[in-house]
Amino acid sequence: MPEAILDVQDLSYSFRTYGGEVQAVRGVSFEVMPGEVVGIVGESGCGKSVTAQCALRLNPEPPGFRRGGRMLYKGEDVFAKGERELRRMRGAEIGFVFQDPMTYLNPTMRVGAQVEEVFAGRPGVSRREARSRADEMLALVGISDVARRREQYPHELSGGMKQRVMIAMALVGRPSLIIADEPTTSLDVTIEAQILELLDDLRRKLGTAIVLITHDLGVIAKMCDRVYVMYGGKVVESGGAEDIFYRTAHPYTAGLLGSVARLETDCDEELKAIEGTPPDLFSPPPGCPFAARCDYAMRVCRESPAPEYRLEGGHRVSCWLRHEYAEPVELPARCAPEAAV
Amino acid sequence: MSVAEREPLLSVSGLSKHFRMSRTEVLKAVDDVSFDVREGETVGLVGESGCGKSTTGRCIVRLHEPTAGAVRFAGEDVYAPAGSRSADRERKRRLCKGMQMVFQNPYSSLNPRMTVKDIVGEGFALVGRLGQKERDERIVELLRTVGLGAEHMSRFPHEFSGGQRQRIGIARALSVDPRFIVCDEPISALDVSIQAQVINMLKRLQAERGLTYLFVAHDLSVVKYISDRVIVMYLGTVVEQAGASELYRSPLHPYTRALFSAIPEADPRVARGRARIPLKGEIPSPVNPRDECRFADRCPIAEPVCRSRRPPLRDMGDGHRVACHLA
Repeated sequence: MPEAILDVQDLSYSFRTYGGEVQAVRGVSFEVMPGEVVGIVGESGCGKSVTAQCALRLNPEPPGFRRGGRMLYKGEDVFAKGERELRRMRGAEIGFVFQDPMTYLNPTMRVGAQVEEVFAGRPGVSRREARSRADEMLALVGISDVARRREQYPHELSGGMKQRVMIAMALVGRPSLIIADEPTTSLDVTIEAQILELLDDLRRKLGTAIVLITHDLGVIAKMCDRVYVMYGGKVVESGGAEDIFYRTAHPYTAGLLGSVARLETDCDEELKAIEGTPPDLFSPPPGCPFAARCDYAMRVCRESPAPEYRLEGGHRVSCWLRHEYAEPVELPARCAPEAAV
Repeated sequence: MSVAEREPLLSVSGLSKHFRMSRTEVLKAVDDVSFDVREGETVGLVGESGCGKSTTGRCIVRLHEPTAGAVRFAGEDVYAPAGSRSADRERKRRLCKGMQMVFQNPYSSLNPRMTVKDIVGEGFALVGRLGQKERDERIVELLRTVGLGAEHMSRFPHEFSGGQRQRIGIARALSVDPRFIVCDEPISALDVSIQAQVINMLKRLQAERGLTYLFVAHDLSVVKYISDRVIVMYLGTVVEQAGASELYRSPLHPYTRALFSAIPEADPRVARGRARIPLKGEIPSPVNPRDECRFADRCPIAEPVCRSRRPPLRDMGDGHRVACHLA
């Protein structure tokens, strides 16, 4: 079995604030294999971005600090690395695509120079080479007329173009891993489809592994090989994309799937909203984070955290309903469409 | 009487909103848009950013003064010269009682220095004088309607989550007991599990109070779910309109087809099995558009006729209208 590029073991990460300690991530484990697309899905405040940003130590420290666990990139703990090493890793080893290209591109720099800047201060890459590699990458991400575009400023580009520039910046150092944090959330559907196809295409061409962080189940369905569902700072369910969508095992995942309107949803049918709001991470509940909103919650769910149960084919779920003493329940699973099989 | 036979509650005809950018440049955000909304129905207005859907909604409730065209609400012309300033003010009061708006961003559409009680109760000035006690009772009742309670009255907007704020915005819109509400992307700033709560609530309120909605959104699945009829806009113009199920079953305009093929479906086999109709390039600038089909540059089936003149909105039967020379 090949070694994981990113191996996260029982990671806990908190922020110290005036109001107390925010336990943003509480014991998360996951791994990313070379060349695969891993999705992390969850709602705002579930800790998905904080987890991903740990890979490059992008969370402000302080107030952020690691409470426990490890995050290994190619076998080395990123929390043991110094600032110089991290600087070298950023862009060259791990590329990052942020949600809002408007705020992450420098408005006072031409876009070509921003892509080249990835090579600044790196040994072995001349100015001219940096320039030609930047141009090559801009063309690869689908920017036409590179010679003119590279001299433009971010405000002269449309949202989709800016996101392409962000992706070019993330890819130009030929990283082995790209972390894309909500890469298409601020884009329109037709542009979103273009960007997702671009990412998929680049993965095929360059063999880059991708961690895709999103709240959009549609994006997950289209792109991901494996999926981790996060809630309240924990991974509640993980498995292959088909496991998550067709053999849903956690009530939260089922609730999430039931609450999105789909094209075939009948207008008379009520959407199954998940009542209530996510837990307060200043004082997270001792048991399952979803217990307060869960239709199937038992007493044990509120009192102690659920163990992780292994189901078939790498599908895992942290839910007390799997315990041998729990009464079996039927979650509203989605039927796989026969025609598409 | 079926929905189709009733007089329209709102009728928009030839509505245009142009913004002058410089001496030679005019941004045509909305350009000659016409449609009707009948009492009790929900009309979805969809399109990508910059297509003019929000501007259209804002022109209807008088947040923008249109450049041309007319808006009639409940038999009254919203923009006709009123004669005197007091007559105009009087008409504005009447219109505000009849139509309200729910805004996209629940973080910027509530005044952070006002309590929930003041935000929701502000509209009562339009309804007439109320005593302190009656006023409070009505505010509590409104808050209950949207799933909040009396204990929230003296709190400030920052103490609430996004979904709760959107509920406050809806309570504010309901306070004057309107007939018609423009919902401008009411759920796009909310989390998935909260979106369903708000959608269900909007549907329940419609059933209970007989409300009429213009639902402006870019999420095509939600629009299909909530709307009776759907209007698709592109670059300031209406490209297609039809009953919701009819439109999604057989879209006629090439833009509508491309848009539907790009919907991110939350189902891996459907999402991966479907062929997307690729569109060339990106939405062009709405500044100084030429007199041609606005979609011609990106259209996969464009022909010379598309560039010769702008296609009119033609009725293809059963109220399914499309603006395409080739349909």
